Amino acid sequence: MSTNIWVWIAALLSLCIFSYLYKDNPAFRFAEHLFTGLSVGYLIVLYWNNYALPYIITPLADKRWITLIPMLIGMMYLFRFVPKLNHLILIPIAISLGFWNGMSIPLTIEADVLKQVQGTMINTSMLSNIWHPQNGLAVGLMVLVGVISTISYFYFSREHKGVLRFSSNIGIWFVMIGFGATFGYTVMARVSLLIARMQFLFTDWIHLIK
Amino acid sequence: MKRQIPLMLVLVLGILFFVQFFVPSQLSMEIYQMALQWSIVIGAFAIVLAIGSLVNHHTLKIKRRKEHFWNSYVTLFALFAMAFLGIFGRIESLSFMSAWFRKLFLYVQAPMDSAMFAILAFYMASAAYRAFRARSKEAMLLLISGFIIMLGVVPFGAYLWGRIPDIAEWIMMVPNMAAKRGILFGVGLGMTATSLKIILGIERNWLGGGGK
Repeated sequence: MSTNIWVWIAALLSLCIFSYLYKDNPAFRFAEHLFTGLSVGYLIVLYWNNYALPYIITPLADKRWITLIPMLIGMMYLFRFVPKLNHLILIPIAISLGFWNGMSIPLTIEADVLKQVQGTMINTSMLSNIWHPQNGLAVGLMVLVGVISTISYFYFSREHKGVLRFSSNIGIWFVMIGFGATFGYTVMARVSLLIARMQFLFTDWIHLIK
Repeated sequence: MKRQIPLMLVLVLGILFFVQFFVPSQLSMEIYQMALQWSIVIGAFAIVLAIGSLVNHHTLKIKRRKEHFWNSYVTLFALFAMAFLGIFGRIESLSFMSAWFRKLFLYVQAPMDSAMFAILAFYMASAAYRAFRARSKEAMLLLISGFIIMLGVVPFGAYLWGRIPDIAEWIMMVPNMAAKRGILFGVGLGMTATSLKIILGIERNWLGGGGK
């Protein structure tokens, strides 16, 4: 068994979390609350180092007083705790919403729409190797059919009958394969985390595996 | 007036930063950079609000002696300890605090984080049992695709049949990508429509009170 106190702490806390598999219990609740506190504390440090120091403290130390303007706007969030001035919280929210929404429209169209259309298009290089499993023309056509049929499955402005029904039926096959693949991938990611935890417990803690 | 000013701000800033994207000038880029920095500063205070709410919630729980209130002491202590050690650990003479911060992260937070996600493997296995019962053609596709991917990413799959990892990769790269691309396309259009609705003041739920 390990003689390192920190390894013991890590192992016992891992067991506290795993105890939830039996049922909710005080050990799990303790670990859960400890985890919440530590995570938020870590987030504070992350924000302090990555945002507060470079964007607030350093500019103010350099006497760049313009930083006071966004600071004052940001401080309006704290009116949440003053019932009479509660409505002022809408100002920083409105500024953030206006900026991010205005900025995101062209970026979203570019990344999620135009780039996806571009990626789905059949290009001439596909003609040179029709049956290539990933870049061939056959695969390109399959992706094209998959994208169009998936979109048609999520098109709810018209009743799914006739051509639309046929297309959306193909769409659901693609969607199911996609969801199955995502599910399989996620399960394996979680299983690999479980294996890592078990390795830690059996190797680092009780030295059962050398 | 309490609602008109925020709505006006969203409209003006939304249009300004939408147009800014299409103006390739030095001034436009400088405005964008400044706005980005300002939004980071404003956002930092939203974090203060969020942390304040968490602290408030647990303080009230302790004051009112609610069920399992002693756990709130654990959360508050852990929160302040971690933040204190991380922030003051940057000072050279207090570097031992930084060492404690690292230990707490490596031996307390990180193990619990991965254990928390690892237990999901069990719940997903039970969910998979219910979801993967092949009751229809579609469920059968989900089952086969998930099964091949699971086999394809572990050495056991290749041990059974050497082509399984290739098939798994093909599923990820072709039918999975086609479905994801179709979904992403819809998400992109949906996000754009929602952004436009917010900028134009059609969507007002963010004002609170059901947008009235």
